[in-house]
Amino acid sequence: MQAHPPVGSAIVSDTLPAQRPIRRWTRESFHAYVFMLPAILGLLLFTLGPAIASLWLSFTEYNILTPPEWIGLANYAEMFQAQLFWQALRVSAIYSVVSVPLGLTLALGLAVLLNHKMRGMMVFRSIYYLPTVISGVGVAMLWRWLFNAEFGVINVLLDKVGINGPAWLLDQRWALPALIFTSLWGVGGTTLIFLAGLQGIPQELYEAAEIDGAGRWNQFRSVTLPLLSNVTFFNLVLGIIGALQVFTDAFVITRGGPNHATLFLSVYLYQHAFLYLNMGYAAAIAWFMFLLVMTLTLIVFKSSPFWVFYESERRGK
Amino acid sequence: MARQISTLPFWRTRGGQDRLVTAAIFMVLLVGGAVVLLPFFWMLSTALKLPEQVYLSPPVWLPFPPQFVNFWTALTRVPFHLYAFNTTIIVTFVMIGTLLSCSFTAYGFARLNAPGKDFIFMLVLATLMLPGAVTLVPTYLMFNSLGWVNTFLPLIVPSFFGSAFNIFLLRQFYLTIPVELEDAARIDGASPYRIWWSIMLPLSMPVLATVAVFTFVATYNDFFTPLIYLADEDKYTIAVALSYFQGSPRIGPQMHLLMAAVTVSLLPPLILFLAAQRYFVRGIVRDQGVAARPLPIYSLS
Repeated sequence: MQAHPPVGSAIVSDTLPAQRPIRRWTRESFHAYVFMLPAILGLLLFTLGPAIASLWLSFTEYNILTPPEWIGLANYAEMFQAQLFWQALRVSAIYSVVSVPLGLTLALGLAVLLNHKMRGMMVFRSIYYLPTVISGVGVAMLWRWLFNAEFGVINVLLDKVGINGPAWLLDQRWALPALIFTSLWGVGGTTLIFLAGLQGIPQELYEAAEIDGAGRWNQFRSVTLPLLSNVTFFNLVLGIIGALQVFTDAFVITRGGPNHATLFLSVYLYQHAFLYLNMGYAAAIAWFMFLLVMTLTLIVFKSSPFWVFYESERRGK
Repeated sequence: MARQISTLPFWRTRGGQDRLVTAAIFMVLLVGGAVVLLPFFWMLSTALKLPEQVYLSPPVWLPFPPQFVNFWTALTRVPFHLYAFNTTIIVTFVMIGTLLSCSFTAYGFARLNAPGKDFIFMLVLATLMLPGAVTLVPTYLMFNSLGWVNTFLPLIVPSFFGSAFNIFLLRQFYLTIPVELEDAARIDGASPYRIWWSIMLPLSMPVLATVAVFTFVATYNDFFTPLIYLADEDKYTIAVALSYFQGSPRIGPQMHLLMAAVTVSLLPPLILFLAAQRYFVRGIVRDQGVAARPLPIYSLS
């Protein structure tokens, strides 16, 4: 649950100057608490407080109109028997399992290309980053139009190369792949983090590798990948957390349809909280999502010693 | 040393290979860039069409003459000025709240000591891992019992209580500022609040600009929060209003008007991006040594 140091150190240089002895203020801790007050109140009111409250709510039946009623584990029991819940879990799982690795691979590849020394590279970097800045509902509406079965530009182009495109958003089998494609379009943010990581790799290592006769591919495999693994780790954790929370695209582009083919957990949660006012049940879904994210993150953390390479290890060994 | 006069064909020489690689990279990036930009081109093309040109096969790629009047029609058929006004109010206050609360808190974490400070800081960072869904229902219920639903308050007030990532970013920056700068002010008897306001804030302008830019984009693009809290149409933000355009009686299935509205809605972040590019791309990759925050556009809060 606690933020693991590598997440921060993956991207932020740890070489902060040592603190000098500071002349103390009188009543320094009082001032310190005053400065921390917004964050402490924020924790209590908007994060930790509500998180605990939603755990409690998940054991109740509550529709806002009548007071919450304790029903124990009934919400969870109902959830695990609901077909739609399993469908939502399936949709979120497929989306995460496909879009996260694909997105990471694409972002890494792009970052390597964008790191090449070449004139006009800033223009390319800006173009690839653009979808991260320009996003949200407007772009979601745009994708609806792009995926239009008959007149959308995607099927028009597919038609040009002789492929009869599917009905995408209207087709149960193709709606989710369409959303995954949409997510890949916005991979610029992840790319930028990889790019920052690439620029932190000392050039000497590549020169040394070249002297040893390593070609481009071997340099990538033996220098870039290991030295970038902490950034990959960071992006993987963020990617998992992000993928399990996708809402805008699913809600605006497909409304969870057709036939629940894009009913993400987040959309399922929204429906119960704000359409059916099933607040207790919605809280149970939320806590399930939370535990799912925590479990997956924990697995990634536990696996990190096997594939993430830290600078300190290199110095130590 | 004898200069190596190459008898190898150009593509076997080092320089030749480098140039070939550069050319290949350029081509790949060019094609990829076209894929990234194609949706925007299609959007603009549709926005400039006559209604009867929209649903044609094969499509009209470059409508001539372009129908610039579509923008005017789309924006006046709905109270767009109202949505823009609402969005401006919300974004402005959220930016003020975020900048003030995050820099204030970050200064405390960076410079002052108190029992439990590190623990509180860890807790703040831990909230980065908390999915928005978990806090959603109780937060909604809290604002509901305060009578704040269908006002801007649930969208604005939380920003005055700091956000983990920005606090972290600013704290890291404050740690790199030499303490000596503050010492003189301290000897003159300045309070820590005075030092934060008069010394640290001006010194941290570049980082504050980064925070401001990301806060603007995240708030402007936020869809979920206004969707659940704003009920009346005259309180909608641009994002929420846009989501109701399709199938609305006024815009209906008129794709050219919808795309005109979408185009206008994308302009503010686009202009900001072009104007403050170094804070997005160059500033983040090179100068700060801090990676970009992936914008929480998909997050549930």
